[in-house]
Amino acid sequence: MSSKIYDFSTLTGSIDAALNSWMSPGLAVLTELVIIGLVFLIFYALLGLFLVYLERKVCAVIQNRVGPNRVGKWGLLQTIADLIKLLMKELIPIRKADHLLFILAPFIVIIASFMAMGAVPFAKGLHVLDFNIGVFYVMAVSSLGVVGILIAGWSSNSKYSLIGAMRSGAQIVSYELSVGLSLMAIVVFSGTMSLSEIIESQVNGWWIFKGHIPAFIAFIVFLIASTAEINRGPFDLAEAESELTAGFHTEYSGIKFAFFFLAEYINMFIVAALGATVFLGGWMPLHIGNWEGFNQVMDYIPSIVWFFTKTFFIIYVIMWFKWTFPRLRIDQLLTLEWKFLLPISMVNILLIAFLALMHWHF
Amino acid sequence: MSEEIIKDVIVRENEDYIINMGPQHPSTHGVLRFEVCLKGETVKYLIPHIGYIHRGIEKMSEAITYQQVIHLTDRMDYLSAHINNEAVCMVVEEAMQVEVPERVKYIRTILDELNRIASHQLWWCAFGMDLGALTAFFYGLRDREQILDIFEESFGSRLLHSFNTPGGLMHDVHPNFQKRTKEFITYFRKKLPEYDQLLTGNIIFQERAKGVGYMSREKAIAYGVTGPSGRGSNLACDIRKIAPYGAYDKVQFDEILMTEGDTFARYQVRMAEMWESLKIIEQLIDNIPEGDFTAKMKPIIKLPVGEYFKRVETARGELAVYVVSDGNKSPYRVKFRSPNFSNLFVMNELAAGGKIADLVAISGSLDLVIPDIDR
Repeated sequence: MSSKIYDFSTLTGSIDAALNSWMSPGLAVLTELVIIGLVFLIFYALLGLFLVYLERKVCAVIQNRVGPNRVGKWGLLQTIADLIKLLMKELIPIRKADHLLFILAPFIVIIASFMAMGAVPFAKGLHVLDFNIGVFYVMAVSSLGVVGILIAGWSSNSKYSLIGAMRSGAQIVSYELSVGLSLMAIVVFSGTMSLSEIIESQVNGWWIFKGHIPAFIAFIVFLIASTAEINRGPFDLAEAESELTAGFHTEYSGIKFAFFFLAEYINMFIVAALGATVFLGGWMPLHIGNWEGFNQVMDYIPSIVWFFTKTFFIIYVIMWFKWTFPRLRIDQLLTLEWKFLLPISMVNILLIAFLALMHWHF
Repeated sequence: MSEEIIKDVIVRENEDYIINMGPQHPSTHGVLRFEVCLKGETVKYLIPHIGYIHRGIEKMSEAITYQQVIHLTDRMDYLSAHINNEAVCMVVEEAMQVEVPERVKYIRTILDELNRIASHQLWWCAFGMDLGALTAFFYGLRDREQILDIFEESFGSRLLHSFNTPGGLMHDVHPNFQKRTKEFITYFRKKLPEYDQLLTGNIIFQERAKGVGYMSREKAIAYGVTGPSGRGSNLACDIRKIAPYGAYDKVQFDEILMTEGDTFARYQVRMAEMWESLKIIEQLIDNIPEGDFTAKMKPIIKLPVGEYFKRVETARGELAVYVVSDGNKSPYRVKFRSPNFSNLFVMNELAAGGKIADLVAISGSLDLVIPDIDR
């Protein structure tokens, strides 16, 4: 049935074969690593720039404004101009800061998001790190970012930064639980942690439709908790600019600030991609049971289009949150997690285990 | 700084986690500094430090003529510039025993209320920003622009218009004034419910505002809190009702009083006041009498020897002007009792024991304008 969908592994396989025919196997692997690294770096930067542009346009629409429209067509080059400006800015040295950690922090944040990016399945066969604990890996790696945030807050020797970092620590550690439990719901349904197998299990319908109400609840919990985990929207307490000026990155300037900024947006993409993969079928086209004709029509849309459409839908929802909701207070934030989201997702996972045991899902 | 103060600061610095909010900080709305002592996220106490924008307006007034003093009052509470002007004009008019034409009273009152709406709109914007609802800012400014356009057409300036002079107005209002004001009323009646949809009904907003920064009626009286902040604590302090000036005795409007005394009550008072202001304008705009835009005044105003006192209700509370004249063309002494000065110093009582985020919400709900505190 899914034979109609173009498989990117034919493309990557042919590149692999060509490289192997030109050079020794060891060298070929090395070349492949370099190529993939470069492709990811470029993709990472372009995606970050585009997401910043998108955010500015989305918030402009919500706020009755036009948004960037001067540099380039529809202001598309605006973020590139901003990036050039940030690159040229002075890196202000902070007296009495812990210099090693101060410089290290943005790199930790950016490396964490970069590593998580590798496990994202972009299209059929276009998947760099695909192994049997994919969900676990993404969760583990993306939560490394909080270490960078804590280091940034501590090392910049500013009271605002420290409060921001502590808030961020409390927040991310708490919300990680709900994200994990809501993802676990689908892991229970599909019986695997591998992202590619989770996608394959949605060949006759996405989990959000197949998993009855519990899957929907898990999706909502995932959306809320992951928004909190990436320090965004109504949960941006770590950088609450009306309270802490800029939170943990108050003292950063120039490209080091840009790193934090970029990582924040890439984290948003990763979270959205994970949500799209696990709940909305990733690159899997919209299939309904065994409606052969309908499914074949859907297969004509390339898998990469499906993936990005779903991901950007979730990104739009997350941006929508940010620009319409006021910010929560720290105690309300933790109350929401520990008294509402966590019990809900715990009960939910029991329900799902029951459903999966009885094979009541489709 | 004296040695004792320095010693005191050092002691506090060593004992507690002190952060300085301001003088440059997004949520102090100007050059105000809060010395906030924290325990974790909880505020132990805070000390407001003022004086960063002190220009000595009261002292400057002693060297200039009464007409010139009016221009300085613009720069105190710049968001209710017109109302500040009026206070000084009323003092001069009373001292000179000038009866201002009815037309002037009507126009002044309409402009007062327009100014009040514009001020409350900007407060709403800033309050939303303080709580992290960034979109509120653009909705508020969109509508405030309509009022500023009316002002611009009539006075040529948008914020600091100095349109009042002793005895009347600088010149007559623009012929479009009535039409555009009526258009604005219909426009804003449609747009004001949007404010509620965006912010008031939001569950996060209500959680942030309800029960935060409780101020009892006694505390409001003790600290001299006036205006919408005082009326949120059930303190009937509206000068428009207590001592009507302008055309306020000719219109029907309610003094909004809330009993809760928290941030949400102060918020609701201001939201309701915008509706009341629309009502006041609506009653006056069609009935502006014909006549002169100013009473006959001598070019050089010299107040008779004596003391004069007048008070008005600005968008933030009671502004009282006290003038001592020795018979010269400039006042011997001027004292402004500005509403924000009193409203600021209740901050410690309201914010102590709450979180940092509450502190921001409370200072937003008191609607402080810093140049009015320092003068």
